[in-house]
Amino acid sequence: MFEIKNLKFKDILDIEHLIINKNSVTSIVGESGSGKTTLLKMLNNIISPDEGEIYYEGIEINNYNPIDLRRKVVMLPQTPVIYKGSILDNILIGKRFAKSFNYNLEEIKTLLEKFNVNKNLSESAENLSGGEKQRICLIRVLIMNPEVILLDEPTSALDENTEDIVINYIVEYTKKNNKTLVMVTHAKDIAKKYSDFIIEINKRR
Amino acid sequence: MNGAVRLSILQVISAYLFIIILLLIVRKRGLNREKEIIISTTRMTLQLILTGYILTYIFKTPNPIITVLVISIMEVFAIQNIIKRSKNRLSKELKKVVIFSMLTGTLFTLIYFIFIVINIKPWYNPQYFIPLAGMVIGNSMTGISLGINKLVEGFKNQVDMIECSLMLGASPKDASKSILDNAFDSAILPTINSMVGMGIVFLPGMMTGQILSGSSPLVAIEYQIAIMLGILGSVSISVIIFLLLGYKTFFNNRMQIKREEL
Ligand SMILES: Nc1ncnc2c1ncn2[C@@H]1O[C@H](COP(=O)(O)OP(=O)(O)OP(=O)(O)O)[C@@H](O)[C@H]1O
Ligand SMILES: [Mg+2]
Repeated sequence: MFEIKNLKFKDILDIEHLIINKNSVTSIVGESGSGKTTLLKMLNNIISPDEGEIYYEGIEINNYNPIDLRRKVVMLPQTPVIYKGSILDNILIGKRFAKSFNYNLEEIKTLLEKFNVNKNLSESAENLSGGEKQRICLIRVLIMNPEVILLDEPTSALDENTEDIVINYIVEYTKKNNKTLVMVTHAKDIAKKYSDFIIEINKRR
Repeated sequence: MNGAVRLSILQVISAYLFIIILLLIVRKRGLNREKEIIISTTRMTLQLILTGYILTYIFKTPNPIITVLVISIMEVFAIQNIIKRSKNRLSKELKKVVIFSMLTGTLFTLIYFIFIVINIKPWYNPQYFIPLAGMVIGNSMTGISLGINKLVEGFKNQVDMIECSLMLGASPKDASKSILDNAFDSAILPTINSMVGMGIVFLPGMMTGQILSGSSPLVAIEYQIAIMLGILGSVSISVIIFLLLGYKTFFNNRMQIKREEL
């Protein structure tokens, strides 16, 4: 699905060859500052490497229109971003950016319930707790129905129990719908328990 | 026109009494602003006297080259002022956008005014062209100055939000929309507010001048209405062009936000 060749970025990343498989769950681990976020952003074409190529489905990602690529390969940033408006507005933010956007209100409600967010969809999103914001942002990505889901520490603000519920659900969803999931995580046990592949990034020097 | 009452030199000098009062207050309070006050008063006086003589000469000998030259000087001054007054460091590309939007916005409005609204003959008649150009250029300058600050600050403060939108497949334009709306609002608001108070709270400078120098208030008002609309048009056109080209300078051709340049 993704193939990286001879990638170099500043003195942060140096990857000779890396493959991320289709329909699999891959975790990226490594100490803080090792370049996990940077790598994920490169898969979403938010940053470009200084050298080397990244292929998505056999095509170098610069040959895609960036917008088309980012709709297929959606990324959740490390810090939750909340837009002005209600919880529902926030979940449906992708609608503002796309000409065609299908969603199912029941699915959104189910997700909120599954993720233990007991809030009304019409409530303002600005006063939510950090962990609630994180889960709203996660739902936002899931309902966009991308081919690849890139998650940057999606559960860093959650307690262990909720974290397990959320990751468990996403992994199940990925498998059931033949999606590809790549997630950065600090929790080694989560990585071991749920992933098919683990990429470890070592800090240089 | 029956001409204004001429002021004698002594009368004009007596108006400087206000400056002397101001200087006394400032000294007494130890505000350390004497130098600035004296310099700015002197500059104002010299610049206006000089402009008076220059305009008298220009008005007497209408010449298209001189009119165009005066407009060019005003444009250069206004553009420099925008760039210098900006609180943030501006990229080279953004400076180019400032120049382009100032020129297109103000020149379009001026040409429309000169040839269609007022229909001056000859078109370069400096008595009309120069004050009109001053109003239009001055107001567009203020508009773009306000817009530029909101634009640059918006990008600085909301870079994470913009990046998040891009990650979800937003176009750079959609990702910047809230910043652009906000910048447009703050750029255009002073002009709109000044229209609301017009005639009641204050008489605008140009009209005051016209009335004092003997025009009928009704004539002054006709011009004032036309000019207010022209100013609004010029400010909106320059600011819209500025914003629609300006936001692009924050992205590269891969639709990535240039974080290093913020
Ligand atoms: N565009 C950039 N240019 C230069 N250095 C950068 C750039 N982006 C990130 N860095 C640096 O690269 C290093 C890796 O950053 P990155 O955010 O990828 O780390 P991370 O592994 O995600 O860390 P954390 O676990 O703390 O989130 C950091 O030292 C960061 O300061
Ligand atoms: Mg990170």
